[in-house]
Amino acid sequence: MFKIIKQLASVVAMFAVLFAFSTEAMAAKKSKTLENTKKRGFVRCGVSQGLPGFSNADESGNWTGIDVDVCRAVAAATLGDATKVKFTPLSAKERFTALTSGEIDILSRNTTWTLSRDADIGLTFVGVNFYDGQGFMVRKGSGIASTSEFKNGTSVCTNLGTTTELNMRDFFDSRGISYEPVVFEKADEVVAAYDAGRCDTYTTDKSGLAAQRTKLSAPDDHVVLPETISKEPLGPVVRQGDSVWEDIVRWSLNTMIEAEEYGVNSSNADMMKTSNNPAIKRLVGAEGELGAAFGLDNEWNLRIIKQVGNYGESYKRNIADTGILPDRGPNELWTKGGILYVPPAR
Amino acid sequence: MNNIIKKFIPQILAILFVVLIFGFLTLNAQTNMDNRGIDFGFDFLSQESSFDVQFSLIEYSGSDSYARAFLVGLLNTLLVSFISIIICTILGVIIGVARLSSNYLIKNSAAWYVEFFRNIPLLLQIFFWYYAALRALPMPEKANAWFGVTYMTVKGYYIPAMVWQNLSVFLYCGLAAIISIIVLRNYANKLRDTQGKQIPVFLYSVALLIVLPLLSFLFGGVSLGFEIPELKKLSKISYIYEGGISLPPELIALVLALSLYTSTFVAECVRAGIEGVSKGQKEAAASVGLTPNQVLKLVIMPQALRIIIPPTTNQYLNLTKNSSLAAAIAYPDLVLVFAGTALMQTGKAIEIVSITMLTYLTISLTIAAIMNWYNKKIEIKEK
Repeated sequence: MFKIIKQLASVVAMFAVLFAFSTEAMAAKKSKTLENTKKRGFVRCGVSQGLPGFSNADESGNWTGIDVDVCRAVAAATLGDATKVKFTPLSAKERFTALTSGEIDILSRNTTWTLSRDADIGLTFVGVNFYDGQGFMVRKGSGIASTSEFKNGTSVCTNLGTTTELNMRDFFDSRGISYEPVVFEKADEVVAAYDAGRCDTYTTDKSGLAAQRTKLSAPDDHVVLPETISKEPLGPVVRQGDSVWEDIVRWSLNTMIEAEEYGVNSSNADMMKTSNNPAIKRLVGAEGELGAAFGLDNEWNLRIIKQVGNYGESYKRNIADTGILPDRGPNELWTKGGILYVPPAR
Repeated sequence: MNNIIKKFIPQILAILFVVLIFGFLTLNAQTNMDNRGIDFGFDFLSQESSFDVQFSLIEYSGSDSYARAFLVGLLNTLLVSFISIIICTILGVIIGVARLSSNYLIKNSAAWYVEFFRNIPLLLQIFFWYYAALRALPMPEKANAWFGVTYMTVKGYYIPAMVWQNLSVFLYCGLAAIISIIVLRNYANKLRDTQGKQIPVFLYSVALLIVLPLLSFLFGGVSLGFEIPELKKLSKISYIYEGGISLPPELIALVLALSLYTSTFVAECVRAGIEGVSKGQKEAAASVGLTPNQVLKLVIMPQALRIIIPPTTNQYLNLTKNSSLAAAIAYPDLVLVFAGTALMQTGKAIEIVSITMLTYLTISLTIAAIMNWYNKKIEIKEK
């Protein structure tokens, strides 16, 4: 009899533990992410498995790119140090599950903002850090100069789990061209297959094509066709349900863009504290109490600008100077003919 | 009374515990999904999938439903498993028997083959066949014809397609041939048991299989034409073959890797089975005057099969499950199409992963059931 009581007791104890866990799980909402990040001491950021200009690791494991800079900006704002980021390389297929399951807290991985992703699968897009569009790359020798020259039976290499798969179906279907989609999970596999002649064309976002072209065995033998077949606004994503964290990420990105607009950069940020323009003073934390809205101190935005730089600096460092897309195109400020336009930080 | 309590209480508690754990996990998932605004449900299966698949056994386009995309993936998984199981069985039996050969060269090459292919990770072998071996193939315009009408190229293996007239008549004739062979066999067995007469059943069977379908061509209005692949220009430097059937290189690489890898395990099962039959059996059979062929067919194999079947079943199951590595090389199997693209486009991770898991479970259980049935059929029937 005593044995049975002992067994009973152990089972009850186990339930008690389980119950404790479940109550904690239920309480896990409303800005827990910021608290956990501070406790942990680093920002958990999901990036690509290697896309030059956006998120790419060098031999020693240092990540660079404009997507990487968004996470660094959040780290600078919340933890005071832009280097306190743990990057998790994710395939297109894994990325959303990694975010919704709580493995990462920001997904900054050249991800297209679409209605179904925003509304349907527990994600929230916080902004756009790169305006892109889908294009095609072909071999120069093929003589193809426009997408209208594709013929029935064209084989197309691309990535799994992307809007690309849907766009190319729309594109070929609407033109009545039959095609063979060859879909790989990793970008490197797509490049290898296209390079080996498995496919006649390689399709993804144009920035991606420009970046992946550098990985081909003879980059100069390939050309990106002029047509853009879709809108691909790329931006950082957070989990739905933590609106404070969402705001922090959104305004970290906006700060970088607004800083460029007002001419504040990493080298002059400290001097701008004494500027005559109140908008600039707010941007470097010398006026107003903007940080309080997220539970941050008042110099959160100054740290972003000082440690990561403004959007223009990030673009130049990662995309223009690396020769991927020297021309900013739509990713120029609205004041200079582009479409980068963010709400005022006040 | 006390004994009954002692016996059942721990069991009831254990069951309760398991139920509660699952309940807790479900509740937890539900709470978290609610918090993030994720719906749970299977309605998406009837929605338009809006993506295309490279290779499909049934008609499929982006305007079909996710359910149909699932079917496309499932059939592709079954296709690659089915072909690989057949090839690995044939190869496995040959290699297994070769390992028992008395010829030094045959015996040792078989042993090397087994050790080589079973000790390299399967994923590496898949990558090898896809990225190294098949990539060495020529581009379509440079390919030489194999057997005159088939072309092995980097874009796939192109073979002629058969164009049938009155295919059903031909199939009925084939069916009739098979039924008459079964009847013939039963009759021959009866004749042997009652009158001790032997008739060459095998020869008659082959003759029936050839003659009946042939008759359908002569009198049934059946005709067979071939659609031969022809080179077509896509652009200045790129070509494909049009017409006929094209087997994608992804399928070929996967079949090669799966069947070569699994055949080594099957070979070991076969060797174990044959060695498991004691020598005395063979000698006794020979001493009652059976020919070597009869010894193998009537004495050794029936006993060896009993040892071979159960572990070979495991290998078939492994092969089927391993076929999910297809996703690594863009072969559109269940994992790539359904648990890959469809999951990404709908975001229904829990639903799709559970459907996929249940599907693999069903396939495996079906294979196991078939093999168990066969095993039952050949096991010792004690009277």
